This record gives sequence, C-alpha cells and structure tokens, in this order.
Amino acid sequence: MIEVLYVRGRRFLRRIMTRPRIDLPLATGLLLLAFIGLVTLYSAGDGNLALVGGQAGRFVLGGALLLLISRIPPQVLRSWTPWLYAGSTALLVVVAVLGEGRGSIRWLDLGVMRFQPSELLKLTMPMMVAWYLHPRRLPPGWGDIAMVGLLIAIPAGLIAEQPDLGTALLVTAAGTFALFLSGMAWWRIGVLLAAVGGMIPVAWHFLHQYQRDRVLTLLNPESDPLGNGWHIIQSQIAVGSGGIFGKGWQHSTQSRLDFLPEHTTDFIFAVFSEEFGLVGVIALITLYAFIIGRCLWIAMEARETYSRLLAGAIGMSFFVYVFVNGGMIAGMLPVVGVPLPLISYGGTSAVSLLVAFGVLMSIHANRKRHA
Amino acid sequence: MKRRSIKDARGEGALFRRRALVGFALIVVSLGLLMARFAYLQVVRHDEFVTRSQNNRVKPRAIPPARGLIYDRNGVLLADNVPAFRLEVVPEQVKDMPALLAQLGRVVPLDHDDLDAFAKQLKQNRRFESVPLKMHLTEDEIDRFAVNRWRFPGVDVVPYLTRRYPLGEAFAHVVGYVGRIDADDVDRLDPVRYKGTSHVGRSGVERSYENTLHGQPGYELVEVNADGRTQRVLETHAPTPGSNLYLSIDSRLQRAAEAAFEGRPGAAVAIDPRNGQVLAMVSVPTFDPNLFVNGISQVDYNALTHNPDKPLYNRALRGVYPPGSTVKPLVGLAGLETGFRKPQDTVFSNGVFYIPGQSRGYRDDVRGGSGRVNLMQAIEQSVNTYFYKLALDMGIDRLSSYMAKFSFGRPTGIDLIGEASGVLPSRAWKAAHSREPWYPGETVIAGIGQGYWAVTPLQLAHAIATFAGHGIPYEPRLVMATQQGMDAPRKPLPNPPSGPSVIANPADWDAVNQGMQMVIYGAKGTGRALSAGFPYLMAGKSGTAERFSRTTSAYDTNRNTAYLASRHRAWFVAYAPADNPQIAVAVLLESGAWGASASGPIVRKILDVWLAEQGGVLAGATRLPAPTAATARPPLPATTPTDDEEDPVAPLPQGDTP
Repeated sequence: MIEVLYVRGRRFLRRIMTRPRIDLPLATGLLLLAFIGLVTLYSAGDGNLALVGGQAGRFVLGGALLLLISRIPPQVLRSWTPWLYAGSTALLVVVAVLGEGRGSIRWLDLGVMRFQPSELLKLTMPMMVAWYLHPRRLPPGWGDIAMVGLLIAIPAGLIAEQPDLGTALLVTAAGTFALFLSGMAWWRIGVLLAAVGGMIPVAWHFLHQYQRDRVLTLLNPESDPLGNGWHIIQSQIAVGSGGIFGKGWQHSTQSRLDFLPEHTTDFIFAVFSEEFGLVGVIALITLYAFIIGRCLWIAMEARETYSRLLAGAIGMSFFVYVFVNGGMIAGMLPVVGVPLPLISYGGTSAVSLLVAFGVLMSIHANRKRHA
Repeated sequence: MKRRSIKDARGEGALFRRRALVGFALIVVSLGLLMARFAYLQVVRHDEFVTRSQNNRVKPRAIPPARGLIYDRNGVLLADNVPAFRLEVVPEQVKDMPALLAQLGRVVPLDHDDLDAFAKQLKQNRRFESVPLKMHLTEDEIDRFAVNRWRFPGVDVVPYLTRRYPLGEAFAHVVGYVGRIDADDVDRLDPVRYKGTSHVGRSGVERSYENTLHGQPGYELVEVNADGRTQRVLETHAPTPGSNLYLSIDSRLQRAAEAAFEGRPGAAVAIDPRNGQVLAMVSVPTFDPNLFVNGISQVDYNALTHNPDKPLYNRALRGVYPPGSTVKPLVGLAGLETGFRKPQDTVFSNGVFYIPGQSRGYRDDVRGGSGRVNLMQAIEQSVNTYFYKLALDMGIDRLSSYMAKFSFGRPTGIDLIGEASGVLPSRAWKAAHSREPWYPGETVIAGIGQGYWAVTPLQLAHAIATFAGHGIPYEPRLVMATQQGMDAPRKPLPNPPSGPSVIANPADWDAVNQGMQMVIYGAKGTGRALSAGFPYLMAGKSGTAERFSRTTSAYDTNRNTAYLASRHRAWFVAYAPADNPQIAVAVLLESGAWGASASGPIVRKILDVWLAEQGGVLAGATRLPAPTAATARPPLPATTPTDDEEDPVAPLPQGDTP
C-alpha cells in the first residue's frame, strides 16, 4: 500500500520535473516580476540581505506550489471547490471567534506560523462563483445573481468585520469579476451599479472612524501631518522627485531618510518610482498588463465554463492589486493595505498569488485543442 | 442537471470572449490612467517635488500636552507640573548610535533603564523625531553636556514638564505617581497620542485616570538645518492639556489620619455614606512618590522593597485581613432581615457554645459568659455566642448571600486599579478552593468574622458606609470632579447608587444602629472609652482578629500587650452622627493588641479632625449636651486592656495560616 503510494508519488513528481505543464509567456512574466521585486526590495530594505533572502525563499516555495498545482486538472479542482470555499469561510468564523492581531483581528496562530485565512478567500471565492455558475444557463438571471451575491457577501462581510477593508475589497472584486465574465447582461450591471452607488452613504455610516479618516485625508492630506496625510504627501514627493529616468537604484532619498512609511511593504512602489522614474513605472505597469492579458488569453482558451470564469477572474483581480496599490502611491486612492503583487515584501501574499497562478497553469494545460 | 441540457456551450464561449475583451480594454484604460497620473507627478510636477525632496527639512514635531493637575476637595494641590531638562537624541543625525551612547555616557551617566527605554522608543519613532534619553538632568550634567555639545550632533538638552507631589507621602497610595514610559508601555500606548510624552501614570489615581489626565498632543512644523537642529518654527497647533482632577479627599483629614498611626503598619479609610466619596484613605507606612518620577535609584528602591513593613504595599486597597467582630452588626442585620431574629430575641451565653451533637466548643467573649443578651446587647458587648447561634440557624448560604450585598468577596468598584477581592465564606468559594465539604463549624465562626473571611480595609469601610447610609450602596469614589483648564468650572463626576437599598425594613436598621451606639455609650460597650467629648452621636464596633491558631497555652496566661499585638489584627469601625450618618470610618492596625483600645483612638482622631473641618457643627443631627464633670468619664488609657475587652476567637485548627 505504502509502496504503491510511494511509486505514484515519485511518478507524479517526475512528471512535474520532466514535463511541466506551464505556459512559458506567463511564467517568464512572473519570473521577471519576482526578479524586479527582489532588486527593489534590496534597495528599499537598505541592503538587508536577510530580507531579500527570506522573500526569495518564499518565491521558491510559491514556485514549487505552482508546479504542484499545475498538475491538478481543473475538473478535480472543481469537485473540491465547495469544500475549499466552506473550509476557508469556516476559518474566517474561527478567526472572528479566537483570532489575534494588533488592532484588527486577522491572524490565526498555528503555533509554527501565523496565518491569515482571508488570503485563502482570494482564490476560493472566484472558484466558488465559477463552480456555481458552471452548470447554470448563462448569461445568469436575477436569481443566480442574487445567489452569487450571497456567496460573495458572507465571507466579504466577515473580512470587513475584522476589519480588513483592503482584503474584503479584493475578495469581492474576485467574485464579481467571475460574474461579469459569465456574461451578466449590461442593463443588469447598470441596475446593480446604480444600487451600489445609492448604498455608498449607508456604507459610509458603517465604516470605522480610521477608515473614514483615510478617505477624508486623501481629499486634504495637509490636514493630518502626523498620520496618514503624511504618508500620502511623502509618497507623492518620492514619486514626483523620481522624474522621467529616476534617481537610480539605491538612490531613493525619501526611503533612506525614513520619510516614507512601510517602504518595504505597501509603499515599495514609491521607492521603485523614485529610483527608476517614469520609464520604470511604465515598464512595470506594462509587464503587469501583459500578465493580466495572458491570463485572459488562457481563460479564452479554456475548455469549459468553470475554468474560463476562474482564470478570467484571477487575471482581473490581479489588476485590482496593481491599480489599488498604484493609486494609493500616486495619491489617487485612499491608504488601503493592499500590497503590490510580487514586489511588496510579505510571504502570505507572494505564496497565495503563486498558488493562484498554479491554477492558471493547470487550466492552460487542459485547454481546448485547436483543430 | 436538467438545465445543463439547454446550456449553449458555443454561445457561452463566444459571450465570455466578448466579455474578456471588454474587461481587458477597461483594464488597459485604467492602467493607462494610472500611468498618466505617474506621468503627471513625475513630469509635470517633477520640479516641485524635487525641490520638496531636497528641502525636505520641514518636519512635524509633536508638542506633548501638559498633564492635568490633581487637587484635593478644597483645592489643595496634590500633583503639580514643574519644568525640568532632559537629553534628547535625533536618530537621523547620528551615524553610529552605540559609539555615541558610549561617549555620551562618559559625559552624562546613563543607566540600564535609560538605555532600554531609549532603544525601544528608537524603533517606534520616525528617524527624524527626537527620542528622550535621560530625564531630569542635574545642573552639573547640563553644564558638562553644554561644554561637550559640539561632539554630539543630534543630541540636545530640551526643557519639559515633570511631575511633583507637594504632599508626597500622605498621598502616595491614593494619587500614586507617574513613571518614565518604558519598553512595555511603548507597546501598550497609542503612539500618536503619546508622541513626545515621556511619562505615564503608574499607580493610584495617576494610573486609573490616565486617559483624563493625559490630553491630546499638538504639533508644530519646524524647519531644521542639515544637523537637524531647529532653525525656526513655521506653524504651531497647540496641544489640548489634560483635565484637572479634584479628589473627594480632604488633605488635612488625610494627613491627620496618617499621623494618628504614628508609623504603626495599618490602614484607614473614611467614606461619606451619602454619596460614596472617599474622604481619607491611608496606608501606613508610606513612601515618597517623588522618588519614582524620574526613575528611582537602586539604593532607594532596595530600601523600600527590603523594609519589612512594605511601604509600597497599599494595605487599604490590597491588604486582606479577617474582619473579626466588626461584621457582627451586619450578621445581626442579616438575622433580622431574613426573619430569623427579632431585635428583642435573647440568647444565653455561658462562655462556650456547642453545635448540637458535637463536642468541640467555641469560646465566648468573657469567661463564664455574658448571660442572657438580645441583639443590641450582643453588639454592645460583642457576645460571640449570640452570633454563633444566629449563623448556625441561618445557615451559611443565607448568611453569605446577604453579606454579598455589602461587596464582601468582590471588589467595591473604587476608581483605582488593583483592588483585592477578599474572601466571603460560602460553599461555592470553598468548593472552588478545597476538596473538603463545608462544615457546620465553619458556619459558626463565619458568624463572628473568622475562618475564611478576609476583607480589605476599603471593603469594610464601604460595608459600614453602606449600612450607615441606610443600606443604599455607592461605589467608593476618589475623584469627585474634573476641570478642563484652570478657569473652567469644575464638572462633578456623577456617582449614582449602584442599586436599591439592601435593607428592606427600616426598623432593622434602627435596632443595629442602637446596638452600635451602645458600643460607644453603653455601660459595657467595648468602645466606651471613645465617647468622651464628641458633640455628636457616634456608633461603632471593635474587632480583634487572631492571626494564628493557638497551639500552646501561652495565650491564656500571657497578657502582655506587645505579645498580644504580635498576634492580633486590631479593627475599629464607626460612623457619625448616628442619627444622620455623614462619615463612616474603618481603621486597621496590623499589630494592635485590641480593636477598641488600639484602633479606636485613631478612629476618634479622624472623627475629631473631620468635625473640625466641617466647622464643628453638623446639619440635621442632634448635638449632645456638653459634658459635665459628673457625666464625663475619663478615657481609658489606650494601652491597658480591660477585663471586658472582647476576647478574640481562634480560627478552627486547620494549619497555621494567618
């Protein structure tokens, strides 16, 4: 029995090694991104090699998981989906009951490592929506839309309650994109958008004071020079002083002099912009656009509805990360804790993103065969 | 899967394709917008930001708020802010911090606590924000640093406000003290609110009212030169100072109470029964809180911690002692309120009490007994047998559930942190702390305040105040008003009763009140030595609790006061005027021979000073006729125990626990 498992396991691993089912353009884009991330981190972290090494280690771990997951066919993933969704939502409930964290409650202490269950939802949420819509007749009617809305609202509400508005936003976006891609009629989208617009004053009422402050500070950063306004001003000074060609690698004065907060995590894009200038920014955003486009391409090539929706939603939510983080750095959006994918320092984010790309690789490997 | 049959796979594929293309187009447009925004910042506004980046010398600097002052009820200053100087370091200006600290340490001595707190705060602050390194520089240190200042860029002497306690020792256990913010505080405190603040409340009111005393910091925008030294202040946004506090304590009463102990370890608490305001709260011995403000020296600290009388220990709040006979009036009240006794019901005391069917005897006050006594006489003479029998008749459950109404066994809710709960004997408490079942003998001794029973002086004062106030419970309060700014009116802090009266029948109160007056005025009252000369009616009760079980017969033969004092806790509780109570007092001496003779005079001194503070005249109370030579009885010498002084009763032999 054990021998059989052992033999099978070895065969599985050998197949991963010898015939990786990966999409080369996507993999190249990700590798390039990870490389840029480590280079920027080295500079932003004041040449701290331990920091860079740790991040590289997480990339290796994430890459291994990517290869492993790329071997799992989408049909299998689909059959697991309800359980994965239910499990990750249940973990959110556990966090709500006994989690720990500073200020807000997001973490679950597993003894060896601390773990943030809301990260799981970034993947299981689009999986669940795709699973639900897969057997339905598309485009979806109001009934199915309402059902999907419920599937999104439960975990998103639990995450927003922690409170972690950034992650709640990303999870909601991931689910909504799957719905959008399923072909939901434009007039229905219009009706829903109008309804959401009408809800904004109500939502404002439910925000925590610090979250409201962040929005208000965006409108008038000078009003809060000891807190978030300071972050916004300093971030813009960093970006603006970079100019077209930047100050050069390791020459970011804003972060070196500690004017810039969180300069290895949420604000690393500001360091990048200061050092590599507009040229670097355009190159980086283009690279992100390429990766997103490639994801959508893989989605279009996919064999069935589940894979299509899932791949498309993963690609589009990748965009949300870039846009929200970049918008915050450039002073267009309020300060929300959303990392710049594969560039910001942080293990959970990097690993969970690479796992999602593993799913994309699996979908790519099981694409339609062209005649 | 019926619906699957009508799924149009090909059509869905096409639909998805269209959607994906639309989605991608939207994404490209959005990312284009993002790039445009970067281009705007990096090209159009580039020059502006380059200038700002190079001239990034304008920095916000927090201005800490002035801490609220603390006054007594008459406006006597108890905690003041005085100017002092400290050493601060701007980390950004320092190239090699360890080397700097080492060199600086040769000019101005730095100890471990300074360095630890500094290292922790260094991590929390932005690199351009100055971090305090050493507090309260002496003149000598300031001079020596001034001479060497050129060697230490980024280090400066900065004026600040520090705390001073003018009445020092008398209020050390009430007002408490502030201390330098240390490594643990840095984790706990809101970094924005405490930016620039170096001290935080450590104990007493300073700690429990930290939020009120600490205001909101302001900030100023300052221009600094290349060395980080301030060149000029561009803008100032003033901080909001913390609120001043007014204690309900009368500082003269407080100091008189402390003096009355003459240094003997003990505690006294006086409470106004009409509103729960604490009028005095003393724990002896005490210490000088000013020592702690700028970091106490190791020598001073060792002297305090190694002192066998533990001056740092707040006996009033945290010390737990068996209440002894002081709870007898309340046990009697429980008997009346639960219907087990009427005031005139009598019990015969013959010197020893036996539980029916058991051979162990429980001793009475007076050898040979006090004869037939009713409730009032039992309180007057502290007759154990009456309360043994009453407790046994009621049973422990009724007794402890009634006593719980007086906050025994739980915190009183005073506005201080760290209050001890004490122990109210009950089946539940014993079940939680022992495997033994509840024994009837334990009920018997609970009736006279012995056994497991343990109270803090504050709890007992609160219980007596609750009784004196006709059973209406108020949580004790030290702070009676706040004040936002020097000229603002005082804002009283409301303290509504925490519940309805715990006494259902006013006649029950009258009976117990009468018994407690007889303690002072009765021919056989244990506290009759206290009656002379006080112009209003007092009511009280003595209590003498044994600290150890009797293991030898030495107790019965050795009547030496010093020997007894080493074995006894002496209590006296009282309130006045008995016909309209306005003050309730509990006094404990850790080593007093007898409750009435050792602690009674302290209670009397507190009452005398309190009355003088009221102008010698009380509203709504009967004034006693001035004593004449015929009626005045000379007070008994405080150190001579008399024969009818109550006899303490040992706890059941259950090991030598105090």
